[in-house]
Order: sequence, then C-alpha cells, then structure tokens
Amino acid sequence: MSEKIKHFPGESLKGRDIREGRVPTIKHRPNVKYLWSAGVAMSRFLEGLKKGKIVGSSCKKCQRIMVPPRAFCEECFRPVDGYTNVKDTGTINTYSVSYVAGDASRIKEPILVAVIDLDGASKGMGILHLLGEIDDWKTIKFGMKVKAVWKLPEERTGTITDIKYFKPME
Amino acid sequence: MFGKKRVAVIGAGMTLFRRNLKETGKELAWEASNMALDQAGLELKDIESVVMGTAPDAFDGVHMKGEYLADGAGAWRKPYSRVFVGGGTGVFAIDAGWWHIASGQFDTCMVVAEEKMSSCYPHPAYAFTTIFDPIYSRPLGVTLIWIFALEMHRYMHVHGIKKEDIARVSVKNKRNALDHPCAQLGANITIEDVLNSEVMCWPVQRLDISPTSDGGAALILASEDVAKKITDNPVWIDGVGWCIDTTFWTNRDLYYPKYVQGAAQMAYKMAGIKNPPKEIDVAEVYDPFDYKELHHMEGLMLARKGQAPKLTAEGVTQRDGDLPINPSGGLLGVGNPIAAAGLMKCCEIFWQLRGEAGKRQVKGDPRTGLAQAWGDLMQYGSVVVMRS
Ligand SMILES: [Zn+2]
Repeated sequence: MSEKIKHFPGESLKGRDIREGRVPTIKHRPNVKYLWSAGVAMSRFLEGLKKGKIVGSSCKKCQRIMVPPRAFCEECFRPVDGYTNVKDTGTINTYSVSYVAGDASRIKEPILVAVIDLDGASKGMGILHLLGEIDDWKTIKFGMKVKAVWKLPEERTGTITDIKYFKPME
Repeated sequence: MFGKKRVAVIGAGMTLFRRNLKETGKELAWEASNMALDQAGLELKDIESVVMGTAPDAFDGVHMKGEYLADGAGAWRKPYSRVFVGGGTGVFAIDAGWWHIASGQFDTCMVVAEEKMSSCYPHPAYAFTTIFDPIYSRPLGVTLIWIFALEMHRYMHVHGIKKEDIARVSVKNKRNALDHPCAQLGANITIEDVLNSEVMCWPVQRLDISPTSDGGAALILASEDVAKKITDNPVWIDGVGWCIDTTFWTNRDLYYPKYVQGAAQMAYKMAGIKNPPKEIDVAEVYDPFDYKELHHMEGLMLARKGQAPKLTAEGVTQRDGDLPINPSGGLLGVGNPIAAAGLMKCCEIFWQLRGEAGKRQVKGDPRTGLAQAWGDLMQYGSVVVMRS
C-alpha cells in the first residue's frame, strides 16, 4: 500500500459469525453432472487398461513414445504414427505423502502419490499414480523401481484405477 | 520502444486481503478501482477500456464471472475483456492492459483483479479439483496440493535442497508482511515453526503455504502523452511476457519452470535487460508456496539453477539486501486472493519505484522492478518489467 493512502477498504468477517448465522448469507449446492467422452487416444488407453496393458502413442518425427497417449504429437503438431504398449514397470521420478483429502479435510493413513517414469516410454514420460505395499513411507526413494499392481481382470472397468497402485520391485 | 505507444502506470489501489470479507466480488472490484482512480486523479469518464482478471468461476459459483463483475470494474458501455490464466491471471492482466494502449487503440485502461475464494464453502479446495483432466487424473483423487508437493520434492531432490533452506522464504515474507496494512498473515515466525508445522502433503507443511483469501486490486494505465499531463512520476511498463507449457505435467521435469523462463526472456528482450540479477532492483516473485519463490527466481534467471536458496540464506533477498524479493510480504504474508494477489504484486512494484512504499521501501533508489505470476497446471508464466 502506498504511504499516501490512509484508509483501506474491506470488512473482515469472523468464521464463527458466518457459521452461527450472524452474517446474512445465501446457500446453494449446484447439481451439475457430466459424462465425458474419453476421446480418440484415451479410449485406446482405457481399453488397454481393461486388458492389463498400458498403451502409449508414438511419433516417428520426434521419436517419442508418449504416455498418456495422445492423438497428435503436441511438439511436432502432426498425427501420431500409432499406439504401442509400454511396460507396467518404472522408476519413481518424484513422490509425496498426502494427509489431506480433496476437500481439504485431514486423513490419518496417508495417500502415497508419485510420478512414475514408465519403462518402454521415452525418457521423462511419467504418469501420476499411487504407491502401495509400503509400510514406512520413509523407505520410498527417488529412482526406486516399481511395478503396477492390477485389479483382477473381472474387476477392471477401463479406468486408471484398474491399476490399484505401484509397489516396490524389491 | 515496442508497440505504437509507450505505456505508463499512473495509479494503484487495493483492498484488505482477508479469509472472509463482507464485500461481494463486485464490491471489492469497485473499492480497488475507485482507489486507483483517486490515486491517479482520474474519473471513470477518463477510462477508455477495462481489463478484468479473475480466476476460476467455481470460487464464486457464478459461471459468468467477468460479466457479473463488470460494473464493479467500471466497465459499463466500455470495451471490456476478462482474462484468465489461473494463478498467472494477475500479472497477465497488466500485460493485457499494456497491449490495449501499446496497440494505439486506447489512451487509458483500467486493470482490475478480484478474487472471492470464501464463497466456495467451507473451503475452495474442492473447486480446485475440477481443474484436472477428467479422464486420467480425477479418478485418482488428485488434488492441487499433491501436484505442488510433487514439484517441490523434485526440485529439492535434483538440487539437494533441505526443508530449512526453503522455510527461510516463509519466515522472510511473513515478516515483511507485518509492514503491509492490507496483510492477512504478517507474523514473526522462525524456521523451526515452519519445520514443526502440520505435515499436509510431504514435503509441504502448513507454514509453507499461503492462505485462501478475499481481496481486490486495481491499476490505471495510460499512454505516454496522457501520463505526462497527469503525473510527474509515471512508472513505465518496459517489458511484458507470457508463456505456457504442455498440460501433460507428468511428462515434464518439474525441477525447473521453463515456461517462466520463456515469459521472462520475452519481457527482458523487450526491456533490453541482459543481466537480470544486476539490472533488476526489486522483484515481486509469485510465492503461493515458499519453494515457489526460489523456483521462480531461477526461472526468472535472477538466480542460477539451484542457487536461489543460497542467496536467500545469505540475506540477498531481504528487503535491505542486494536483490529484495517480495518486500510486500508476498502471497505467504499479504494473502492469496488468486488474481488480486498477482495484481497486488504489480501495485507493490509501482509503489516501490515511486518511493511510496513507506516502511516496506527497499534501500537505494530502485529504478527497475519486476512482477511475476504462475498458474494453471504448473505450466503458465506471466511477467512484467517496470521502470521509473
Ligand atoms: Zn513428435
């Protein structure tokens, strides 16, 4: 604030006054629902997951194998040349230990999340997923080898959660 | 000179930043706009165009937010546009205001930003989850704090940075904010306080994070001809830059923000800046998390890769240091009403370059300042370089 300005507008409200109804408010909960088409490339990916495969797409021009797959290479701005399976193993690029749920509420058992660089994809082609079968999160290391743990075939529905999590290989 | 006309900042205003403000978003926009006009010595009839910056509609729950806020920004029957690039919005709004005038189309432009995050009740965190890709990411339960924790951890790993090296930023900015009359979270805290605060999403702890806030900010821009008639000490916009990287954020190495570098290179080229740490006297760097100040200093080339923590430990970035960073107190201290927080940074650079920052005034006589913001899925950078 400039030292020339002496008054700063804004009336701060206390959380308690809002909760206890001492401040005029209007409440509303939207009821909006969506059904998203998975699209050209991600439909291949989701169909692959159902079969226990991780599908990437390849571009001959930049020689990248990309995961998640796309219908076009965003670097070369041309259609991809095809779809190919990559491995369900990889290395931990980065990880985190979350004690916070989506609504900012706190959880006791932390969720272990990681970016995993998949074997068979181009360097640095990581995917976001969860880690599991880890008793003490302090044993997680950067560069650790991990492998996907899949749901049983009859339980898979064609979503990213068909992979339950990735577990350490040793 | 770039553009048809040189562009000056001639007035600035802002409201208090607080967790809950009684005012609506529209009323906050009005308060900030009215103050900026007062400071510039202008009236609404003098304003030819208006740019509004405000972030996700989901915060307000009004899915036509630009239009809803227009009256508060003094935009009725004027050329008006809303810009939105996530957290990058506040600084992108001044960039957009710049081209309104630099194009030769207008002589004045009012740039307004507001955010009212408290409307999404009890916490806006859930609104943030709707920014993610619905096919791949959302079924995993991804939250905003996950992706920042993953980025922070990668940055720490690549350079071998310790938590205490990062905590210093939070300590500095919250202390700086004690001198800001609008600040929400000015405080004297220690590195230990940060390290002992609740673990939210390792390595992110409670005191590594800026708060959610309500607030508004505004700036008045004018062409050189008009500015020189109105004021003896205009502040010039000499560089603007913006840049986006791919939304496939897990396919990038998160240790370095190339998109911030891209935005900075554009602004530096325009401003003729060859050696940023030498030529920039004061900077407001986007700091929604403490590590982001360091990460962004490196992207802005104000520090070499991995060296920003060292400069911070040496006191270089303190208000009385050689390269003061976030003398306002930043988002960590003043608060983080998303778009308004970015524009608050532009206001601070304006006041610093005019020598009006009072207790927050950096030493020497700063001539060149920079403000930067960052947004979307860790992919967007916006930069402005100003000179007095
Ligand atoms: Zn390609």
